[in-house]
Amino acid sequence: MYDAGKIIIGLVVFIALVSYPVWYDAARGDIPTSVDPKIVTTEKECVAPTEYMKANHMDLLNQWRDNVVRKNIRVYTAESGRKFEMSLSHTCMDCHSNKSEFCDECHNYSGVNPYCWDCHIEPEEEQP
Amino acid sequence: MTIDRRKFIKTAGLASLAGLVGKNVLGQDVSEVIEPGAFDRLAGLQSPLQAQRWAMAVDIKKCENQHDCTKCIDACHLVHNVPEFDNPKDEIKWIWKEPFEHAFHEQENEFQKTELIHSTPLLFCNHCDNPPCVSVCPTRATWKREDGIVMMDWHRCIGCRYCMAGCPYGSRSFNWRDPRPFIKNLQRDYPTRMRGVVEKCTFCDERLALGMLPACVEACDAGALVFGDLEDPEADIRKLLNDNFSIRRKPGLGTQPEIYYIVS
Repeated sequence: MYDAGKIIIGLVVFIALVSYPVWYDAARGDIPTSVDPKIVTTEKECVAPTEYMKANHMDLLNQWRDNVVRKNIRVYTAESGRKFEMSLSHTCMDCHSNKSEFCDECHNYSGVNPYCWDCHIEPEEEQP
Repeated sequence: MTIDRRKFIKTAGLASLAGLVGKNVLGQDVSEVIEPGAFDRLAGLQSPLQAQRWAMAVDIKKCENQHDCTKCIDACHLVHNVPEFDNPKDEIKWIWKEPFEHAFHEQENEFQKTELIHSTPLLFCNHCDNPPCVSVCPTRATWKREDGIVMMDWHRCIGCRYCMAGCPYGSRSFNWRDPRPFIKNLQRDYPTRMRGVVEKCTFCDERLALGMLPACVEACDAGALVFGDLEDPEADIRKLLNDNFSIRRKPGLGTQPEIYYIVS
């Protein structure tokens, strides 16, 4: 290989530049390695088991939305038999009133940007 | 039996103490039963207002007697987070007033009851039986419910404004700008809309589901707005329409509006 030294140095510089965002954040300790959404409610049970909610809350919300808006069905019966109003602003956010520590925690980590709050209004949170 | 002062004060003191304790115990019981924040709404949802064909009657005379009253408009626009823009081109309206000759184009006579000619009737979405807005919507973001309400799904609206072109009554408004900063009193339990979405009156479907009358009907002190089921022969609105002469907007178009204007 001709000019091996120059090429290798060039490659190293190139890789360093391209990976700059990663190692810069790593050096600053900004990379979250796990998420920990805070649950603030005293309520004991959610509308569905935690594991299901973790993986499928978006599907449940879509079903609720279609039921309420399009079919005018507004009461959800949980597996336990308990009835809930199908409502993001009321049922969900009554318990999870800490949007920034609950919703945003995972959404920011996974880089998703749900558009719920373009129209629905999040609960007021006390500024720390 | 006589009772001396000392005994009376003792008894009274004990009784009020017992009352306080009792109230506390009762209070704890109740708070355990009530699900936090959800109880009232759930109870309301168990007894919704239902109908086969919702309709509204507007008594122009009773309304005009209130002169510049805007209670119904204010109530509606408050509970539904309707923004208020300075530029009339951006205007969003669910209920509004229009001079008689505009509202009832082709029904105005040169010589007619003076108070009618000079009136400014309240206008709404007509919740037509045969709604042209529904036929033209490419995403089915608007449709006719079985109870007669011409409903909107703002999640699905793509802002093409076909419905606005289709509606012969100007009942639909388009959000040219983000409405959120222009809402004076944000009501947290009702969503706002976003830029690029059409909106209109929904006959307060969210209130009917909770067993409440539409906000405008509730706000009207004059009894000028009567809301009810046209398929129910005993309904107030049916009696009102049986006893009085009424007109509807642009009847020749065949849209069959469900807003009736009582002019007698």
